[in-house]
Amino acid sequence: MFQPDFEAMSRDELEALQLERLRATLTRVYENVPTYREKFDTAGFRPDALSSLTDLATVPFTVKDDLRAAYPYGMFAAPMREIVRVHSSSGTTGQVTVVGYTRGDIERWGDLMARTLACAGATPDDVVQISYGYGLFTGGLGVHYGSERLGCVTIPISGGNTKRQVQVMKDFGVTILAATPSYALLLGETALEMGIDVRDLPLRAGVFGAEPWSENMRTQLEETLGVLAIDIYGLSEVLGPGVAAECSEKHGLHVNEDHFIIEIVDPETLQPVPDGEMGEVVFTTITKEGIPVIRYRTRDISRIIPGPCACGRTFRRMQRVSGRTDDMLIIRGVNVFPSQIEQVLTGIPGVAPHYQVVLSKHGSLDHVEVHVEVGPDFAFDEIRALEKLQRRVSAEIASALAISIGVKLVEPKSIQRSEGKAKRVLDLRNEGSV
Amino acid sequence: MVQQVSVFLENTSGRLAELTRVLGDAGVNMRALMVADTAEFGVVRLICDRPRAAVDVLERAGFGASINEVIAVAVPDRPGGLADVLGVLGEQGLNVEYAYCFVSPSGAAAIDIFRVDDPLRASAVLTHAGIVVVEPAALYVSD
Repeated sequence: MFQPDFEAMSRDELEALQLERLRATLTRVYENVPTYREKFDTAGFRPDALSSLTDLATVPFTVKDDLRAAYPYGMFAAPMREIVRVHSSSGTTGQVTVVGYTRGDIERWGDLMARTLACAGATPDDVVQISYGYGLFTGGLGVHYGSERLGCVTIPISGGNTKRQVQVMKDFGVTILAATPSYALLLGETALEMGIDVRDLPLRAGVFGAEPWSENMRTQLEETLGVLAIDIYGLSEVLGPGVAAECSEKHGLHVNEDHFIIEIVDPETLQPVPDGEMGEVVFTTITKEGIPVIRYRTRDISRIIPGPCACGRTFRRMQRVSGRTDDMLIIRGVNVFPSQIEQVLTGIPGVAPHYQVVLSKHGSLDHVEVHVEVGPDFAFDEIRALEKLQRRVSAEIASALAISIGVKLVEPKSIQRSEGKAKRVLDLRNEGSV
Repeated sequence: MVQQVSVFLENTSGRLAELTRVLGDAGVNMRALMVADTAEFGVVRLICDRPRAAVDVLERAGFGASINEVIAVAVPDRPGGLADVLGVLGEQGLNVEYAYCFVSPSGAAAIDIFRVDDPLRASAVLTHAGIVVVEPAALYVSD
């Protein structure tokens, strides 16, 4: 544990700290951010009226559109002369959003990411390869400052140039890899093509995040790379990486509750649900100065795992994110998350975990097809075996998702590999009929 | 046992041409080639002079390729020759998954390739019945 005084503090002390910090944050945004002042006034909420943590449920939500409308700096709660860094979301789902950090925010971020790396067992003796992209994306620099704070040897290699990544991993004696899980798999594949088995290298842990991944994917990463694979969670609107991380128990991600208050709400009614129930994850930052967010709706779907953790951390755990309300595909009336398809594929020998959901129009109807790579070790000679594989994939997807989707087997390594977040859904519906 | 190279192909135009070009550029010489296909994908099976090298260059060129063991039989040049071979396999309960035929490099005999469940046993059974099972060395360089 990097900061046991906080990470293992009693729940009573923690809640007292949260309440004090929440009050300060609500006052800060009410005084400095017009968007919050208007929202609070409209809802009749006064920051000084907050008497307990449960009162948070009466505070209005914040959504991504609020940040978009305030582009670029409208939601900042600190004067620009105190802001020392900005990051930005990728803007793949609309207008980009910009977040700002004060010097204090950067300091705390370093601590939180140091906690995250320590969750993977990192110490100052470790060599950390950071293959998350550096730049406006929070991943690279977020992990970077944590790795330096912890005292690790930090390799700021960023994404891309995969063969060089493998060479560096081998030559520099890398012990911890920070990457998206899909890129980590690509690194392993590339290493094998270069005649290097990553399991023979000193690499022993991976901190993987920035996209949802499955338990089966963990097994695959742990087996092919010979590492302890832990899930890390964060989003730029709340901080970046460092919001929550799994410990070596690998059963849920400890939320850094001394800095963020987590709520799970029903996405329809927006009412908080009890611990253990699934819903949309909502975060309130309680130490951020640059751009605090109040009850920010993440669109991520998860739940709180009730009960204490064997590692000794007292922070509550959220289950690994199983999907996003806005990634969700509605296929013939059924809600489908791409991660569910991945879960199915990683359980079937003979197919690679690389897949793409292709949406197109057949006339006026939506047509969905999953493209799945045949595994490189499959014996290709028998048509019958390939057809059997295709039917099995179809049947298992149908059974897991309660919907029948066409499956097309494609050549090994023909689905484009991503060096950042994997692009799992290819939507051709606006590109004319197929 | 003879090593056959199998390649998985999506049914897209020009893919088979690319495959043969890759092998040609690598100096791999094909003895036999057979394409099996469905509406969506195809499988190319081939016998060539250097199977290991063929798989390596194909994989480097982005194809999914694998090696499978098949048996090669010199089929007697008379009516009923192939029927006798299949009869022997059938009597022993050995199922033939697929088969194809080509002329041996020397041009003297027809060679049939069989994919069976248990190639070791099939070889033994055929040899015992007096049928000539062709050694790999007669077809390609063992690489």
